[in-house]
Amino acid sequence: MVAPNQLRPADTPLLWALRDHLDMVGTKFGCGIGQCGACTVHIDGNASRSCQMKVSQLDGKEITTIEGLSEDGSHPVQQAWKEVDVPQCGYCQAGQIMTASAFLDKNPNPSGQEIKNAMHGNICRCSAYSRIQKAVAIAAENKLT
Amino acid sequence: MSTLIPSKFSRRSFLRTSSLASGGMLIGFNFFTACKDTAKMPIDISKLNYNDFNAFIKIADNGLVTIFSPNPEIGQGVKTSMPMIIAEELDVAWKNVHVAQGILDTVNYVRQVAGGSQSIRFGWDALRQTGATARQMLVNAAAAKWGVDASECSAKQGVITNAKGETLGYGDVVKEAAVLEVPENIPLKDPSTYTLIGTDVGNVDIDKIIVGEPLFGLDYKVDGMVYASVLRPPAFGQSLISYDDAEARATPGVIDVIKIGAKAKALMAKEKVNWSVRLHDSEKVVVIAENTWAAMQGKKAIKATWSDDSELESTDFQDKKLLSLLNGNKFKTLRKDGNVKKAFAQADKVLERTYESPFLPHNCMEPMNFFANVTDQKIHLVGPVQTPAAAAETVSELLGRNIADIRLEMTRMGGGFGRRLYGDFVYESAEISDVIRKPVKMVSTREDDMTTGVYRPAIKYRIAASIKNGEITGYHLKEAAVNSNMYGLIPNFFPAGTLENYQVDVANYKSEITTGAWRAPYTNFLAFAEQNFLDELAEELDIDPIQMRLDMLQKVKGTTDARIQYSAERMEDVINLVVEKSGYRTPKEGVFQGFCAYYCHNTHIAEVADVVMENNQPVVKKVTVAVDCGIVVNPLGALNQIEGGVVDGVGHSMYGDFGFKNGMPVSNNYDSYRLIRNKEAPAVETHFVENTLSPTGLGEPTLPPAGAAVSIALKKATGNRIYKQPFVSNMATKPILG
Repeated sequence: MVAPNQLRPADTPLLWALRDHLDMVGTKFGCGIGQCGACTVHIDGNASRSCQMKVSQLDGKEITTIEGLSEDGSHPVQQAWKEVDVPQCGYCQAGQIMTASAFLDKNPNPSGQEIKNAMHGNICRCSAYSRIQKAVAIAAENKLT
Repeated sequence: MSTLIPSKFSRRSFLRTSSLASGGMLIGFNFFTACKDTAKMPIDISKLNYNDFNAFIKIADNGLVTIFSPNPEIGQGVKTSMPMIIAEELDVAWKNVHVAQGILDTVNYVRQVAGGSQSIRFGWDALRQTGATARQMLVNAAAAKWGVDASECSAKQGVITNAKGETLGYGDVVKEAAVLEVPENIPLKDPSTYTLIGTDVGNVDIDKIIVGEPLFGLDYKVDGMVYASVLRPPAFGQSLISYDDAEARATPGVIDVIKIGAKAKALMAKEKVNWSVRLHDSEKVVVIAENTWAAMQGKKAIKATWSDDSELESTDFQDKKLLSLLNGNKFKTLRKDGNVKKAFAQADKVLERTYESPFLPHNCMEPMNFFANVTDQKIHLVGPVQTPAAAAETVSELLGRNIADIRLEMTRMGGGFGRRLYGDFVYESAEISDVIRKPVKMVSTREDDMTTGVYRPAIKYRIAASIKNGEITGYHLKEAAVNSNMYGLIPNFFPAGTLENYQVDVANYKSEITTGAWRAPYTNFLAFAEQNFLDELAEELDIDPIQMRLDMLQKVKGTTDARIQYSAERMEDVINLVVEKSGYRTPKEGVFQGFCAYYCHNTHIAEVADVVMENNQPVVKKVTVAVDCGIVVNPLGALNQIEGGVVDGVGHSMYGDFGFKNGMPVSNNYDSYRLIRNKEAPAVETHFVENTLSPTGLGEPTLPPAGAAVSIALKKATGNRIYKQPFVSNMATKPILG
């Protein structure tokens, strides 16, 4: 590990570059160690923990945050989240939506168990888990039709 | 069953109106109290005095309605459900309602707290009266315009109609309505005629949440703002001696390193402050930086030395201390019926069991944070706090400033669970800004949040019952807890009142570890202890555990004991409903069911958990819930609260463990502290008892029975009775869920 006084701006995690430098605060800080999923973004289409990615590792990569998932909240996953009325406090939901959307891009027709497995890494402290499962299933359906 | 609790708002003074200069009608009112005689409504909404009015409705001349929802939103849905109550009585289409959360800069704000599942219960009468009175004023204005009697006119969905069938929109008469006298004693709607209450209404912030708009305290930013990370004592019982900040200052992005805490210490010496200032017992080192990450990195580079001021507790120490309290005789008696001692002496048999629980951190997903900007003229505070009035008052004392100079804005909160009732993070950020005289946002890391928290205290219960001739003749519950004990009404919950000889005793010892309210305080573990004890007692007596509860409830019917909090009839209703819906009387092969019936936070709930064995592992598949929370204002939101509370209750009972070693928490992040996750969550099936009683809250009461029901089902599945949380720590087979 690098001593704090040796750190360079390029060592800044993507999470904090987004939040403090680019003023894109939809991506949330939860644990800082890649365990909770609140900071999930897409890097080259893969759901990734932005707190674990240094800016210096991202040259040439395509990054999508919750702000860029759709122009207007019309992505099928966002719409399913609205239809099911998933959030309670709402804090973890951007990360949940980013995990779900990357998952459905790779597995457009998942089983219930596959949905649970895919969403297992994202903590929802309000425990809205059943609605998260339902919303992912609805998004998959709406994407297919 | 359909009697409504009569309104306490018979005086007209609970509401004032004005005609806005910008067009439209402004209605100011207060939750739970009348307006002051001197209170006046302005014609400019920004001039509204929140010391006079803590809530308002604006009806624009185009008929659009803005409802200002004063209760902070931590995820319980009150920002949606409370405006629904006003809109129902006002009779306006929900699509024409905009809900806003305004600035609250007052110390006089009543019940401006999200906690105790009380918002809906307290707001119910005031909100309905306000909506109904405003509607009547609009009708009166329309009637005057038409030159007819108001009784010939009716209002529906924002449109007033007279006997001739002529119509006027609310917006058409706001100017006239605003200057009318406020009518008194307006009849409220019969619940059977509700068109909005009882329908599914989505979260009012949903469109912002799904696109990641800045809503939370952590998202707040102003020009010139700096960031602060606070180094607090690593162990409870320590305080700062000295520190070396050379490396921290050399960290890129770090602006300054300061020390805070002296003011809080001085204030504590006066002994009149909010106790949560206690988290300021030690001085602290604060790293100020250009961004959050730099502040956090700078903090890691501080080399501090700490003095050990008192016992640095470990879990072993706490366990011994609590057991010695249970074995001792230094109890305070909270309720005593008959003579327990005599009943025990005359018993054929006494059953005695001890139940144990650990501390628990809140783990709000949004770590504690707050914005402060202290200048010579004003103090501006912004962020997620459940008790803004108390926080502002304490900041005023802490900094020796006039309360009128303080303006506190609440943001949406990334979870609360009790943690944000304590304003320690507000005082810290205010003190930091007072020193550096810049706008600053204090942000805790997850490690800070978990290791310098205000925890659910560790508690142990010892429950004993005497049995004579096959009957329960006495019941004695003893509680030993860290720092504080169950309070007020809890000793009068079930089974109080069902037994002639009944006693509740409590004791605690004072620890340096800060403790406080955690979702469903005390009952979150008491339910597990009591319900398991009752289950074991039924086993001992060889009677059906449900029939045992129903028989006990017979004895409390018609009681004249005003202390008894629950209703035997409502408890019977939820028991019968859950038995029917869970199929408890027609068990399925291989499904082990655990039953629990509980009353807390004004709500009656019964739950049945289904456990099955898969590969020799018990798996919690489902929890069936029967709830009596009175009128369900927003079923969509209510179901979310119930499901969340049940899964939270299962998760913390199953996995929640928080030990201490030498004053330091053993866990500090989610790699060492286990929270329930997606595939571990059982399915939750909810059934409401339908009635027209006043609504009660749902944020807390579904949680306590969940762990109890699961543990009883696990007992049936594995043969092992559980006496300790978390369940995974004392089971031969470790259950997985889902």
